[in-house]
Order: sequence, then structure tokens, then C-alpha cells
Amino acid sequence: MATLTYREAVARGIAQEMARDERVLLIGEDVAEAGGVFKTTQGLRERFGPRRVRDTPISEEAITGMVMGAAMNGLRPIGEIMFSDFLATCWDIVANQIAKTRYMTGGQIELPLVLRSANGGGARFGGQHSQSVENWAMAIPGLKVVAPSTPVDVVGLMAAAIRDPNPVVFLEHKALFATKGEVPDGELVDTLGRAATVRQGDHATIVALAAMVPKAIEAADLLGREGISADVIDLRTLVPLDVTAVATSVAKTGRLFTVEENPRLCGWGAEVASIVAEECFWDLDGPIVRITTPHIPLPAADAIEDMAIPSVNRVVETVRASMQ
Amino acid sequence: MSDAPSNGTALGPGSHPEIAPSVRLKMYSSMWRARVFEKRVYDLFMSGLVKGTTHLGTGQEAVAAGFSTAMRDDDMVFCTYRGHNHTLLRGAPMDSLMGELLGRESGCCGGKGGSMHLTDVEQHAMGSYAIVGAHLPVAAGAAWASAERGTGQVTACFFGDGTTNIGAFHESLNIAAVWNLPVVYVCENNLYMEYTPISSVTAVPNPAADRAAAYGLEPIIVDGNDVDAVYRTALTALHRARSGGGPSLIEAQTYRHHGHSRADPGKYRPDEEVEAWMRKDPLILYRARLESLGFAASDLDQVEEAARAEIDAATAAAKEAPEPGEAVLMTDLWADGGASWRR
Ligand SMILES: Cc1ncc(C[n+]2csc(CCOP(=O)(O)OP(=O)(O)O)c2C)c(N)n1
Ligand SMILES: [Mg+2]
Repeated sequence: MATLTYREAVARGIAQEMARDERVLLIGEDVAEAGGVFKTTQGLRERFGPRRVRDTPISEEAITGMVMGAAMNGLRPIGEIMFSDFLATCWDIVANQIAKTRYMTGGQIELPLVLRSANGGGARFGGQHSQSVENWAMAIPGLKVVAPSTPVDVVGLMAAAIRDPNPVVFLEHKALFATKGEVPDGELVDTLGRAATVRQGDHATIVALAAMVPKAIEAADLLGREGISADVIDLRTLVPLDVTAVATSVAKTGRLFTVEENPRLCGWGAEVASIVAEECFWDLDGPIVRITTPHIPLPAADAIEDMAIPSVNRVVETVRASMQ
Repeated sequence: MSDAPSNGTALGPGSHPEIAPSVRLKMYSSMWRARVFEKRVYDLFMSGLVKGTTHLGTGQEAVAAGFSTAMRDDDMVFCTYRGHNHTLLRGAPMDSLMGELLGRESGCCGGKGGSMHLTDVEQHAMGSYAIVGAHLPVAAGAAWASAERGTGQVTACFFGDGTTNIGAFHESLNIAAVWNLPVVYVCENNLYMEYTPISSVTAVPNPAADRAAAYGLEPIIVDGNDVDAVYRTALTALHRARSGGGPSLIEAQTYRHHGHSRADPGKYRPDEEVEAWMRKDPLILYRARLESLGFAASDLDQVEEAARAEIDAATAAAKEAPEPGEAVLMTDLWADGGASWRR
């Protein structure tokens, strides 16, 4: 057992898979010599050499397109897009090429690849370096979407993503990079599409993702002192979506809350809410409530960025008010 | 392709012995197969049997014929929506292509791709891409994997003149050059984007060749209607890529006989321009050359006859094939064969 930061866990997960499978390579801007702008790939170039860990020009279409072409031809490449906001510059390759090609070719082309990116707000970077884009990726048929909240999940889900024979968008949360957690020694391989119930309760189900998970846990602890006990579900992956975990919990608690960092409209919680409304309607004892970032770009100043992203307080107050 | 001359790809730059008669006949046959295929596609489109859209390569056959003949069996091809010629001549069976165009289960993509996405991975025809420029970085990636795996494969990537003005062109050429990738980029300059002349929207007269210097590459222009010239240029570029010499950017000057797509009559093109290029029809030019080289007219007629028989058989087979059923609608999104997004 070791205590790792979330950012160290990224490198640990990649290293585990690179050591196991020589077809795994990593490319991106500043990922090799510099070890990544978030230091998430530190030590990989030293350990695996300059051919397997390689710096690219500032060419997001080239990074994503080359990862796709290499996956077609026998490699299992990982591409890093420095900030997830930048995925917009190569969204054609991601959404039109990588996501659609297997289906459009009648299954002729397999694309075992991972696109990693630093996602989310809280770092005071302003509107073009802060967005949570998990709902962009979730909206595209053909992409798996992973967004872990703890170091141990980063390692195990990274391994699962790299071993998965499908394209996976792996979103690392900027606000979590410095957080620490226990990670067992030895090989870790998790499963995509399995949510984790990280708090148990009877009165409400709070579903969260990535940086919203620790906030949901803290909120649940505070609510517990007031006599409102909640299940907290960390979805961990959006595609595949663990509907069973959510439905099972809602059957027990009768109430559903989502805590989402993505902007309001068509956020992932909208899909979760619609499924629960359709399939678990008779289990519900009250309205489904979504707690999200408003439908705005994220501002830079601490004071207002903190107002925009769901806070522990907002979760507590929203759940409390809705449960009265 | 199977009888591609093994001596061909081993040639060094500039050292071109005479092209063997069997190779010449093969290229003549390739051009005719592509010609009759596109002619049939046009007729079937006009009669409503081919739906959606088509972008014919009629007039541009020499580029695909020259390259496919020069390639090694396992070399890969990436092309655009105007990709029938390339996919066919890389080796995809005509009936599976026709099946795809007619929306049949027998199609190379089972009916899920259509005219703009013809793909036959078994033949190393790695796909037809319908977003301008998108396949250039994908081709670079396939070439990168060949280099890392040491397979000796070269990737050829075909695109239009209009594609030289999109960002993916620049990103791909730059990284291909920096990483010294075994990829050959071939711009088929047919003078037009959809309806707009390339010259009116491009800062340089030769949209690909004049940009080569920006990537440290040699400017290469070839007469894209002369299949021998294309073949020789292809041999040189493939050899360079295979022997570690890195990428090439080739501008093949050619012309499409039809409009851009579907039933477009191409009226935006001046009559004199069209007539001048029709006189440079690559099939007519090549037949004249072969006859002057002593090929018997009857042998050449036979090549044309064989192509016509092949397209008739392929059309009949495709028409007889069933349409895809509901069972395939939700297949092949994921590697497990299904399309489920939940558990
Ligand atoms: C990114 C993008 N923009 C626009 C289009 C629409 N479009 C399809 S073909 C075409 C012209 C492309 O011209 P060129 O590259 O010269 O190829 P050609 O059709 O002449 O073979 C355009 C604009 C597209 N498919 N993708
Ligand atoms: Mg053109």
C-alpha cells in the first residue's frame, strides 16, 4: 500500500500498462521531456524511452488523428489533450472519425485508444481552461467516457481504459490532482461501467462524478447529522452508464439528486434523471433535483468561480430544502 | 496489386527502367475497371437505385491506377468521399463495393458506410473519409504505427486541392516531416473544390507543391492523367518512405469529367477548359501510347471487355443481394459487436 496523489496515480496507471504491453505508447504536448504540464506523466519518458513517450507539436488534430491511425494499425496508443477545452479544436477527429469509424465500416476497424485530458474548474483559469466537457463526450455514440475521483480509481480505470478495445475518453480532474489516497501495491485493473456506492444511506440518493464526489460525500456527512442519510454514488464512468446502481439506490431511498460540474443544459444528470423518471417513477417520493454549474462559461475570479461550481453548501441546502 | 512488380518498390529515386508490358496492361485494365464502375454508379444514381450522394473519380483514374500498381500488397490507402477508384483498385471486390452503393447486406460495410465511406481493411483500403482533411492525420498515425512496429508498410493518402487549405493538412504534413513518417500524401488537384476554382481561394498557384517547402519537402508535380508518370512518381515516393527517407507530398494535376457530386453538371466550368481536359482523358491517352508501343488493339479491346463483364456481374450480384435487416442496426458500435451504453 502506498499513498499517491491523483496526478501520481495517472503516471502509475499508464506505467503499469506500458510495462505490460509494448503496443502502448503515449503522445501529446509536453508529455515526455517535461512530464506533462500537470506533471501527470512524470518519469514515463525516462522509464520507457523517447519512442514510446513522445512530444508532439501543438497540433490537436494530429494528436487525435494519429492515435486513431495507429490504433487501426496494431498499436494501443494514448493521446493527451492538455486541457479538455481544447478538444473543441479536434472534435471532428474525436466525434466524426474516432467515434463513428467502427460502426460505419461494419465493424472492420477496431480502435483501442485512450484520449486523456485535464478537465474541470476550480483552478481560476477562466473560461477556456476550466470547462467540464464530460457531457460533450457522452453525447457521441461510440465513445466510452471515464472520469475518476480517487487515486486508486485513476490507476484501475486507466488500466481498464487502455485494455478496452474501444475508444475511451479519460477525463482527469484538475481540482483533484493534488489529492491523496491509498493505492494497493501490485497490478490494479478496474471495470468500466461500474459505479461505486461511496456512502450508504436511506433517505436520498446523491449521484456525483469526479471532483463533485468528495463534495457530495462531505454534504452527505453534514446532512447525516441532521437526520437525512444519503447514498452517494460515484458514477466513475458515464459510458457505459451504471443504471443498475442508480436504480437500485433510488428503489431504496425514493429520492434522486445529481451533482454535476458540467453546465446545466444536457448535462449528464439530465440523462440520469430521464432514465430514473422513466424506469423508476413509482419508486420516487419526490422530484428529481439536479445541482449543476449554471449555464455559463466558468469565470476566473475565486469568488464567482466558487459560486458557479456546485459547493458542499449548495448540495446540503438543496437536498435539505427539497426533503422538507 | 498481387502482381505488383517486386522490383518496382526496390527502385532508388530516379532509376526507372522501362515499365514492363504486364504492368502497363495492368494499369490500363485498372483505369478501365474504375471507369466502367463510375459510369455504372452514375447511371444507377440517375435511375434512383444508388441513393444519397456520389462523388465520381471519372477522369482521375490514372492517379489511383498508377499508385495502386506501384504499391506493395500490404501498403495502406486512405482516401476521401471521392474514393471509389482508390478502394476498388486497392483490391476491394467490385460486387462488395456495388453492394455498398446499392445499400445491400453484401456491401463492404454491410450498408452502414455508403458511397462516401467505402472501406476494405482486408485489402488495406483503410477507409474513405468525408470530412475534408480528417484522414490526413489518421494516415500519419497508421504510418507511425508501421514505423514503430517495423512492418515496412507505406501509407498513401489521397485528397483534393481544396484540402490543402484546411488546418489538418498543415498539422499532418508538419508532424509527418518531423517524425519522418513513411507516408505519401497525394493531392489530386482537379482545379475545383465543390464549385469554386481552387485558384480563387488559394494564396499560391500550386496548392500542394507550393506548400511543400514549409515542411522541408521537395515540391513534386506530376501529370495526373499520365498513368506511367504517376506510376514512376509513386515508385520513387514509396521507395523513399520505405527506406526511411520520410514523407512526400505529390501534386497530381488532373480533372474530373463530371460535376462535384450527384447530378451536378459542372456548369461553373468554362466549356473550353472542359474540352481541353476531355482531350487529355487518361484512358484515351494511354490507349494511344500502348498502341504506339506495339500493344495489339485486340488485347486492349479485351481488357475493356473484361471490365464491362465484371461491372455487369457485380451489378447483378448487388441487385440480387438482400437489404440489411433490423438485426444489424444495433451492431458494431463497440468491439463486443453491440451498441449498448448502459448496464
Ligand atoms: C470540413 C469540411 N468542409 C466542407 C465540406 C463540404 N465539401 C465536401 S467536398 C468539398 C470540396 C473538396 O474539394 P477538394 O479537396 O478539392 O476535393 P475534390 O472534391 O475536388 O476531390 C467540400 C467543400 C466537407 N465535407 N468537410
Ligand atoms: Mg478538387
